[in-house]
Amino acid sequence: MNFQLNEDHIMMRKMVRDFAEQEVFPGAEHRDENEEFPMDLWKKCAELGLAGVTFPEEYNGVGADYLSYAITVEELSRIDASLGVTISAHSSLCANPIYKFGNEEQKKKYLAPLASGEKMGAFGLTENMAGSDAAGTRTTAVREGDEYVVNGSKIFITNGYYADTYVITAQMDKSKGVKGISAFILEKGTPGFTFGKKEKKMGIRSSATYELVFENVRIPAENLLGNEGDGFKVAMTTLDYGRIGIASQALGIAQGAYEQALKYAKERTQFGMTLAEMPVIQFKLANMAIQIEAARLMVYQAAYFASEIHDNRKISKYTAMAKAFAGDTANAVTTEAVQVLGGYGYTRDYPVERMMRDAKITQIYEGTNEIQRVVVANNILKD
Amino acid sequence: MAKGIWIIVEQTKLEIRKVSLELLSEARTIADKTGEPLVAVILGKGIADLAKTVAAYGADKVILVDDDKLADYTTGAYTSALNKIIRKEEPQAVLIGNTAIGKDLAPRLAHRLGVGMASDCTGMEYDEANFLKFRRPVYGGKAFSEVAANARPVLATIRPNTFPVAAADESRQAEVVNEAAEIDAADLRAIVKEIALVASARPELIEANVIISGGRGMKGPENYVILEACADVIGAAVGASRAAVDAGWIDQKFQVGQTGKTVSPTLYIACGISGAIQHLAGMGSSKVIVAINKDPEAYIFTLADYGIVGDLFEIVPLLTEEFKKLV
Amino acid sequence: MNIVVTLKQTFDTEAKIVIDGSGKIDAAGVNLVINPYDEFAVEEALKLKEKFGGEVTVVSLGGDKTESSIRTAMAMGADLGVLINDPSLENVDEWAAAEILAKAVAQIPYDLILAGRIAVDDGSSQVAVRMADALNLPSVSSILKLDIDGDKATVIREIDGGSETIELSIPAVLTAQKGLNEPRYPSMMGIMKAKKKELKVLTLADLGITAADVASKMTAPKFSLPTPRKAGKMIAGEPAEQAAELAKLLREEAKAI
Repeated sequence: MNFQLNEDHIMMRKMVRDFAEQEVFPGAEHRDENEEFPMDLWKKCAELGLAGVTFPEEYNGVGADYLSYAITVEELSRIDASLGVTISAHSSLCANPIYKFGNEEQKKKYLAPLASGEKMGAFGLTENMAGSDAAGTRTTAVREGDEYVVNGSKIFITNGYYADTYVITAQMDKSKGVKGISAFILEKGTPGFTFGKKEKKMGIRSSATYELVFENVRIPAENLLGNEGDGFKVAMTTLDYGRIGIASQALGIAQGAYEQALKYAKERTQFGMTLAEMPVIQFKLANMAIQIEAARLMVYQAAYFASEIHDNRKISKYTAMAKAFAGDTANAVTTEAVQVLGGYGYTRDYPVERMMRDAKITQIYEGTNEIQRVVVANNILKD
Repeated sequence: MAKGIWIIVEQTKLEIRKVSLELLSEARTIADKTGEPLVAVILGKGIADLAKTVAAYGADKVILVDDDKLADYTTGAYTSALNKIIRKEEPQAVLIGNTAIGKDLAPRLAHRLGVGMASDCTGMEYDEANFLKFRRPVYGGKAFSEVAANARPVLATIRPNTFPVAAADESRQAEVVNEAAEIDAADLRAIVKEIALVASARPELIEANVIISGGRGMKGPENYVILEACADVIGAAVGASRAAVDAGWIDQKFQVGQTGKTVSPTLYIACGISGAIQHLAGMGSSKVIVAINKDPEAYIFTLADYGIVGDLFEIVPLLTEEFKKLV
Repeated sequence: MNIVVTLKQTFDTEAKIVIDGSGKIDAAGVNLVINPYDEFAVEEALKLKEKFGGEVTVVSLGGDKTESSIRTAMAMGADLGVLINDPSLENVDEWAAAEILAKAVAQIPYDLILAGRIAVDDGSSQVAVRMADALNLPSVSSILKLDIDGDKATVIREIDGGSETIELSIPAVLTAQKGLNEPRYPSMMGIMKAKKKELKVLTLADLGITAADVASKMTAPKFSLPTPRKAGKMIAGEPAEQAAELAKLLREEAKAI
């Protein structure tokens, strides 16, 4: 086992970190306060190649591995988790299903501009009545000539409103259950496709979370992703890989919060000594470090497998473990970080309160941590 | 037989820069100790009257190189002329102020002469073995290096404000010698087209005795007038930290720090500056540091000789009034 | 237009300085970066390449670790790298460094040589200008702006109290001052391509010189840490009292006003 990052990974981490510290950090608090979408930063990310890390060069991607992608999302999230999930949802939830299930024309038409960042992507799976029970999709699609007519709505869609390209799921034949669900590529601006409620959230406030509304939206037949009935498989595979993005986001949040706590502990003095000289605080910091180290190894291992093993059933267990563990770590570490910073940590003067608010969602979206445990249980009981 | 300590005197518009007087003053003590003559070398055009000034500050001999081609400083012409004279006269040591000109001229001259050079020195002492040994800051002032030269002449640039200027003795006489400027054609390849000096009533940062600086705590460009008002009462220069420059509040030329200017004032008043290590690299050799900051944990308080935890918007105007009473 | 950029790998400006038992600066655990001023030089070279075509070659004097900085410059867009890495180069003064770099650069076709105006570790600000003299090229240090028109370069140079405009013909050596440009981040694509670009590693023998040819002209530096400043006085009270007390101390105790 080689636990070292290679030269490229080291260079990539440094680049994303420098970018995040210099360009992303200055406005992070303001964007969070005002729920302002980071459009300018998204464009800069695109220029640096952060929108298509794992996709082949022939489709405008960088052609790098999943570890490079994990490091990218981790370093962005260390500074601003909202920007981290913007990149992650775009790459893993929209570009990736098109890459894995699209035909050549679809890849040329949709994947290429997504990988270059010229266009932004989003994924419409979740509905009011279909969260963890994703198979309970009520959005419908009916074939009419050379079009599919879609009706329904999706909620909690990351990058909604700003994204140009959407991969959505719809039920075509309820009698077939999950095998009746199909996936489609939908362009913003298609008549009947509008945006509803913008969610006001606890955290990742500058990430856009919107309701998608479909009223007799006509999607050209060539935009069917995979075959009719493949929709659930497309969605599950997408989430298997998407977990790496969220796990990386959680890892980055934890790392950022931990560093804040470490720095503060070295500077703050009470009772004639720095917090860092107090055993109570030392143990808190040590626990944070231990958890983050474990989470990092799990996330990087999952990323490594994602690139090396091309069987998503095999990687599914590892990505689920990584996402569950990293999400729990992010929440534990950020809560403890606020604690170490005490009263100051509770105020907007320091970023840890934002990080704590940001961390919560990592236990919920792209498969709740409860669902992750279902995935792991299914895997281990099957073996 | 090497002879003399030479000071390359810098003049701008026929005014001698303070650092040259500092070097003359310090070199005078070494000259007295070693018996070496102290020689002031002045290049330019129409510089004859400057000989009196350098004599008053200790020069035993003044070499004037007066030539059209030397009217404005250019790397090539000055290097060429000095190289010829130095090779002819063979001084023991040649010292130059670490100004914009010094930083440009000295390394080129050093290589032309085939010798080493100690740059931006903040300490200089007579040394038995190497004639002079130098102390200079490295790693942004986080460490110091002591070096000496094996080759002759010993060449060094000295940071402005390192040495005090001695009292002038107007009665002092010096031998004045005129030397012709021998300039190779090859050294005239860069032509100065235009010089744009920004007129400022305030002293140049790198030479200022007092500097009042504003950082992130200034909150905006419009607030620097508070510092300027104070600066004008005490004859200070105004500086800034990188945070303020990056935020677009003040021009880069006011930046003090590792990627800005290095200053060595008697008094440095830091307002709303946390004291990042890169800022300290630029002002760490200040003799007295005052810090005014809202944050009691600001790192700068660990280095300040005097600290006020307070709102600079309240304190600085009050301080300005107090200074008015003193001056 | 072919451009050579001389680049130095230095400690990160955040690094804490520790002097080891043998009196040397301890590099253990220190983050090594491209000298920030050399980044301006690399960026300017890349901008010229985008405008005029040609190749950008990065030349550096250093050890094994220096390769990573050359690769970073390549990730930004430099085409070729040359590293002079010789075991005898323990203590190289500015004269020697300039001589060695001049020998290496002389082997590369160039129209222009760019460098940073100063290295943040030694703070000497000598090598590039010395190298210009060794190569018999005109030099301008501390440039804030550069325009090239054919074989003519017009630069704006920072001087005390302002700036000056200088015209000269290339080839020449120009050193970059902060403000010349904003160095780009290497892109992901650039990083992936960097490892495939050619990086030559040369010894002194490859340059036709021996260690004796480039023996330093200065003594080996003796390092020391600064004496820590004495703890200062915190002035308490109401703002008006604080201001009055400070003014008094500065006048009477510090004698600074």
